[in-house]
Amino acid sequence: MKYEAVIGLEIHCELKTKTKIFCGCATGFGADQNTHVCPVCLGLPGVLPTINKRVVEFAIKAGLATNCEINKYSKFDRKNYYYPDLPKNWQTSQYDLPIAIHGWVDIDTEDGRKRIRLTRIHMEEDAGKLVHSGTNIKNSLTSNVDYNRTGVPLLEIVSEPDLRSAEEARTYMEKIKTIMQYIDVSNCRMEEGNLRADVNVSLRPVGSETLGTRTEMKNINSFKGLEDAINYEVERQREVLEDGGHIVQETRTWDPERGMTLSMRSKENAHDYRYMPEPDLPPIVTTDEQIAKYRDELPELPDARRERLEKDYGLSDYDAGIITGSRASAEYFDAVVAAGADAKLAANWMMGDLAKNLNAENLTIEQSPVDAKRLGAMIGLISKGTISSKIAKKVFKEMWTCPDDPEKIVKDKGLVQITDTSAIEGIVDEVIAANEKAVNDYKGGNKKAIGALVGQVMKKTRGKANPQMVNKLLAQKLNG
Amino acid sequence: MKVTKDDLDNVAVLSRLTIPSEEAPQYIEQLDKFLTYVDNLAQVDTEEVRPTTYALPIQNVFRDDVVKPSLDREAALSNAPLKEDGYFKVPKVLED
Repeated sequence: MKYEAVIGLEIHCELKTKTKIFCGCATGFGADQNTHVCPVCLGLPGVLPTINKRVVEFAIKAGLATNCEINKYSKFDRKNYYYPDLPKNWQTSQYDLPIAIHGWVDIDTEDGRKRIRLTRIHMEEDAGKLVHSGTNIKNSLTSNVDYNRTGVPLLEIVSEPDLRSAEEARTYMEKIKTIMQYIDVSNCRMEEGNLRADVNVSLRPVGSETLGTRTEMKNINSFKGLEDAINYEVERQREVLEDGGHIVQETRTWDPERGMTLSMRSKENAHDYRYMPEPDLPPIVTTDEQIAKYRDELPELPDARRERLEKDYGLSDYDAGIITGSRASAEYFDAVVAAGADAKLAANWMMGDLAKNLNAENLTIEQSPVDAKRLGAMIGLISKGTISSKIAKKVFKEMWTCPDDPEKIVKDKGLVQITDTSAIEGIVDEVIAANEKAVNDYKGGNKKAIGALVGQVMKKTRGKANPQMVNKLLAQKLNG
Repeated sequence: MKVTKDDLDNVAVLSRLTIPSEEAPQYIEQLDKFLTYVDNLAQVDTEEVRPTTYALPIQNVFRDDVVKPSLDREAALSNAPLKEDGYFKVPKVLED
């Protein structure tokens, strides 16, 4: 039997507020253990939490940016469970009245654009961090707990089970990351755990509408981990089903080192969250005016920006998609164009030499030694005919290590394109005299032989001759 | 209401309580009485009543996103039964 995978993601996105969701403790990453804690986030008796206004603002903006409906009456609830990373023994979260519902985002797949529906976005507090004494949670006799992260604001973005492959899941998560970066509500640093996914995976026979039994994998914090975990789990479930077995609904953990998922919780019956309305936090009531104000404050979003680049500059859908793939990259592009560069050349350079160099040195575009202004100026030199595209590659390489303006580099290194006909003519004559065979081939009807001659001229001028001009001169002389 | 032994066991697990088996009948009887009493509410017609989500007539109580001093770590850890290197120390998390 052929099976298809049915995948849904719950993405946890840490918000970039200065303080925690219910208290004034700082949220900064990397502080000494248990130094960002207070009676509220430690869950000491008798304390009163108060909602951080920015969290609500960020949550509503995230909802609007993902085409959600905003619940004008929203509230917090207690989700009860016993785990040492949660000092109160409940997580303050949202249950039946989350801040945003029924949204969608579009992703690019092999079969074109696909709409992924969002069930909801809700606000909640993050949990603390456990440091295990053994190599993993199961073989540790004790664990140490750091509550700095406890109470850091999170959005949980829940998708419908609309994803069908590991690749789609990755693309979807990348899209969510891009949107959160654009609207500037999260740093989205995967390595700092700003973005983590719980993944639900089930299989069903192709053509069936009924959902199979699913398993959940928690806390996946890299795109590669996400793809690997899903691929592993789909394969595992397929084998179980093909052997006539059945899938047990359970939580499994992804072990990136061993490349496999492992069963995690034995007592599934203890999984009863007993949600109840949070009595310490009054409801959040949002007016249409406030929602309109937040909508006005949103920047141009990735899809709109992509369309603009296609429409205004004639970029291909693919190129525009890559360039608008992060806010930083989209802004870099706009700055290159603002510096006077041709838009298509700007796109080519960004996706070519710039991307190649950044990847090789593992840099982000914000860290690029060649900023948008200098790249724009260099592309301007190509358009003006001062340098050829080939020489431009040399100039770019120089610019990578030298902070000078491209004009200065071109001048200092003597890279200005030779457009002086008489200078090129002399070299063309030399080359014709020295390459009798190619000349005869050409004259004998093999027009392609001119390529070798052009190459010789370019070599002698160290790439500085204008290739079109060389071609023209050679043709004139050989045909003349 | 009819509370069963299974109900009691489940509540005990969720509450992290150990209930000696000889005391179980007593708790079952008490829980049963309690739930029967609460069940009286079911006689009230609530068709037109919206669920109460919050008991007081207040909403939108917010604070600004401004950092306040945290607790001194020694103070934070002072009530911890076990601690180590500035961490709260807890026994084995997952059972085998």
